[in-house]
This record gives sequence, C-alpha cells and structure tokens, in this order.
Amino acid sequence: MKNRAGRFISYLFLIISSIISVFPFYWMFVISTNTTAEANKFPPKIIPGDQFIANLQNAWENADFITALFNTLIVAGTITISQLFFCSLAAFALARLQFKGRNFVFMLIVSTLLLPPVSPIPLYIIVSKFDWINSLYAVIIPFLVGAFGVFLMKQFIETAIHPELIESAKMDGARNFQTYYRIVLPILKPGLATLAIITFMAIWNDFVWPSIVLKDQSVQTLQLAVRGLQNAYNRDTALIVTGAFITTLPLLAIFIPFSRQFISGLTEGSVKG
Amino acid sequence: METHTKVGKKTNTKPRFQKGSQAKKDALSGYLYVAPFFILFLSFGIFPIFYNLYISLFSWKLFGAEPEFIGLQNYIWLLTDDPTFIKSVVNTFSIWIISTIPQLFIALVLAYVLNQAFVKMKDMFRMGIFMPFITSILAVTIIFNSLFSRDFGLINFIIGTEGLDWKNNRLLAHFAIATMVNWRWIGYNTIIYMAGLQTIGKDLYEAATIDGANKIQQFFYITIPQLRPIILFTIIMSSIGGMALFIEPLVFLDIRGGSANQGLTMFLYLYETAFGTKYNVGYSAAISWVMFVIVVLFALLNWFITTKVIKD
Repeated sequence: MKNRAGRFISYLFLIISSIISVFPFYWMFVISTNTTAEANKFPPKIIPGDQFIANLQNAWENADFITALFNTLIVAGTITISQLFFCSLAAFALARLQFKGRNFVFMLIVSTLLLPPVSPIPLYIIVSKFDWINSLYAVIIPFLVGAFGVFLMKQFIETAIHPELIESAKMDGARNFQTYYRIVLPILKPGLATLAIITFMAIWNDFVWPSIVLKDQSVQTLQLAVRGLQNAYNRDTALIVTGAFITTLPLLAIFIPFSRQFISGLTEGSVKG
Repeated sequence: METHTKVGKKTNTKPRFQKGSQAKKDALSGYLYVAPFFILFLSFGIFPIFYNLYISLFSWKLFGAEPEFIGLQNYIWLLTDDPTFIKSVVNTFSIWIISTIPQLFIALVLAYVLNQAFVKMKDMFRMGIFMPFITSILAVTIIFNSLFSRDFGLINFIIGTEGLDWKNNRLLAHFAIATMVNWRWIGYNTIIYMAGLQTIGKDLYEAATIDGANKIQQFFYITIPQLRPIILFTIIMSSIGGMALFIEPLVFLDIRGGSANQGLTMFLYLYETAFGTKYNVGYSAAISWVMFVIVVLFALLNWFITTKVIKD
C-alpha cells in the first residue's frame, strides 16, 4: 500500500516536471499560430490557431532569414568542424603522447574553464584591431578551438582508448598521425558526436557576441534576426515568437533523434574527473 | 636527494634507449598536435584575460580620445563611489539564491526518482526534462516574457493575480528571471546527478532497507552523502554561471536591467558600461576584475560550506 503511494507520487512528480519542461515549447507554438491580438487576450488563448503561415510571412518580410540562416550555417559549421579536429588532436596528444609540459598545458586549459566568462571587451578590441568588425571572421576565428572541447575529448580518450591499443598500433609501424586517424578517431565517434552537438548548439544559440561585432544586415545570424524583430517600436508578440520558434525548430530536429546518445555522451564526459 | 634523482634517471634511460627515436617522435608529434590548438587558444582565450587587466588601468573610451593611464583609479571609483554597482551585486546574489537552491534540489530529487527501478519510459522522461537546455536563452526569455506579461500573462491567469507587474517590482523581477534560469538548467543538472547515482553501489541501499530505512531516509543518508563530489561540482558550476548571468535580464527587461536597475546584474552592468551608451571600456574592464574576485571568493565559500554540510 505504502509502496503504491510512493510510486504514484514519483510518477506524479515526473509527469508534472516533464509537462513544465515541455510546456513553453507548446506555448511558443500556440503564440506563433495566433495573431498578436489573440495572444494579447486575458484570459490567454491556450489552443493553437491558424495564423502560422501569416506570421511566418510577416517574420520573413521583417528579417532576412535566408541570409541569416546561410551565415549561421557557415559560422556554426566551420567552428564545429574545426573544434572536432583541433580539440581531438590536441586531446590525443595530451592523453596519450609523452612530452614535457603536457600536464602544465592541460592545467592551463582546464583552469580557464573554471574562470567566469571574461568580459567581451578585450576580445572586441583585438578583433577590431584585426579589422574584423562586421565580418564573419569576428564570430568564427576566436572560437575555432575551445577549452571545453579538449577537456571533453581527453576524458573520452582516457576512458575509451587503452594505452596498449596505441602501443600495439605503434608496434605495427603506425605513425602517430596514422594512429590518431585510423584508431583514435573511429573509437572516439560517440564523443565527437557529443562535442559536435554541444558546439553547434552553442554557436547557433549565441547572440550576445554576434550582436556586438556584427552590425550590418548582410552579416547577421539567426539569433540576431530574431532579436531584431524585438525592438523598442515593435510589440508584435506573435511575430517575435514565430521568429524564436523557427530558429528553435532545427535544433529540436537535430536533438530529438540523437537525444539518447547525446545525453549519455554528455554525462560520460562531465562526470568523470 | 640529488643522487636519488640521478639513479632514477639512469634506470629510466636504459630501457628507453632502444625506443629512443620513438620517444622523440612522440614528443615532436605531441607539440605539433597541440600547437594549432594552443596558438589559437593563447590568442583568443588566455591573452584577452591579461589584456583586460591592462585595459582596466586606463581611462579608455571605445570611440574617443587616446586611452590615458590612470592606475587603479577605475577600481577606486568602482568600490567607493558607485551605488549602481553595489545594486548589481545585490541583484546578482538575490537571483542566484532563488534560482540555484531550488534548481539543484529539484534536480536531485528528479534524478533520484528517475533512478528508481520501477520507473518505466525513463528515456522519454529524460528527454522531456532535458529539452529546455537546448533552447536558446533568447527564445526562452521571449517565451517567458509572454508568460510573465502583466496584462495578458498566463502566469497571472493561473495563479489568479490579475495585473501583477513581474517586471517593475524588484523581487518579482528576480523571481521571474530565476524561473527562466531554473527552467533551462534543472534538466541538465538532473542528467549529471543521474550519471552520479549510477556509480553508487546497490548494496548500500540494500543494507539500509534491511535496517528499516525508508526511501526518504535513504535519500538523505545515502544518496546525498554519496553524491557529494558531484553536488560540489554542480554548486561550483552554478556559482560561476549564476554570477555571470545577464542575457535573461537584458532581454526580459532592458540593457539597464529595467528603469530602476531592478534586474541589473554584475555582468549586465559590465556590458552596459562598455557597449551601452558610455563605451567606457576601462571602467568596464575594472568591473570584470572585481567581479572575478567576487566569483572566486563565492565559489570557494560554497566549496567550504558544501564540504562542511555534507559529510560522508
């Protein structure tokens, strides 16, 4: 009897938590399918309407989503590929090759992870000295590598790839780079997938740094386009939420099919250590 | 001591002698593989940290006259003559407290429940709870902007408080911002705790069951102490993240954290000083270093408290 009550409460707790977690997505959908007038009613309308296409058209006319999508894909794609390659290569060296100073280098990298985010000011001044303001270089080059990427890849290599495996590859005459390319990379695939999703997601979602360095319409990213819909003169809730909704959809489309692997990959990397 | 290391070295060189060229190759590849990462990281990750310190010693406007060296003057102004900064510190801590404590506690309970053997459809619950984490903070804030609206908001409707002004009341604004933070981070922390729970041996729970401990007692006397390192990790990470909070108040209110700075956080103040209307990067850099010291002290304090409170 007592046991059944416990189970009931547990399920109730899980279901309520899940509903609260998912509800804002539903709410986004509700607003983006209604007019602003309908969204601004009290009591609020809680069922989807039929205005999605109209809102979409409206958003389309008020922001250049095609350019923004193109820019975002270039930025997020370049950074993701670069992080996967450089971070895994550096992590391989830090985890499995012997050289002087490797512990120091790793400590230096990890200690910056524990720093609170440094202000964007020095980076802004550096980037403007390179004359990258209003250029996608400003949002790509500083993020081609990252401390978190190396940390995560090193954790994965240490748990998934035994030193003996590396040794035996060398016995067979493999050079270090061949070992990395032929042995480490294939085994590291789940880890690489996790890092790819995290990196892509973070870059896709970022808007503060881009809003500082990208002022021109021609270089704006998706989040900037959405942010542009929400300004002092514009109180069109349906329009803004539709913008937010269409930039969130692609991430949900990537995340939901891979969620299982992604979640376990993320925990494997962050818990050990 | 010296002779000891010499002996150690000798014994080390002998077996390596044959593989000498391989060891050299390893070292060379090591440097080579770390180099591209390290050069980029040095230029855009580490150098800015020190450059920031340099900037903070100047009267430096982004689009103005040449920077002028003024030593520690920015810090003196900041600490002795800036009530807005003090307000931003108080706001940051207020929001941190009403977000982090419920956030980590709910995540812990969720993880504990999800880890029970009888729970079915674990993957589905896990995914649902984790979904907020992948949304952009911008989208999250836009949605909560609608939910917390004074005149048409669903939250006012549900709790039956017509016309409650979530933005202009200081404490209510903090509460609304904390809700956005919690919504986004509870799932993430739940996942981290779940991974930690799987490392706790079943025998501990079995022994406790035999001794007559119920589930709630087991949670407090086994689960929490066993998870101590992971709880510590999440507290430190949320201290660092919470102290750097600024996008939520920026979008929910405005660049000043509202008309009366009611939601102005430290990082938002730093951002506003540099990129708002003043373009005062020297002063802003000083804010970031004072903020840094506050965060480090606060993280250490949390470390100390957590290790004292949770004992094995």
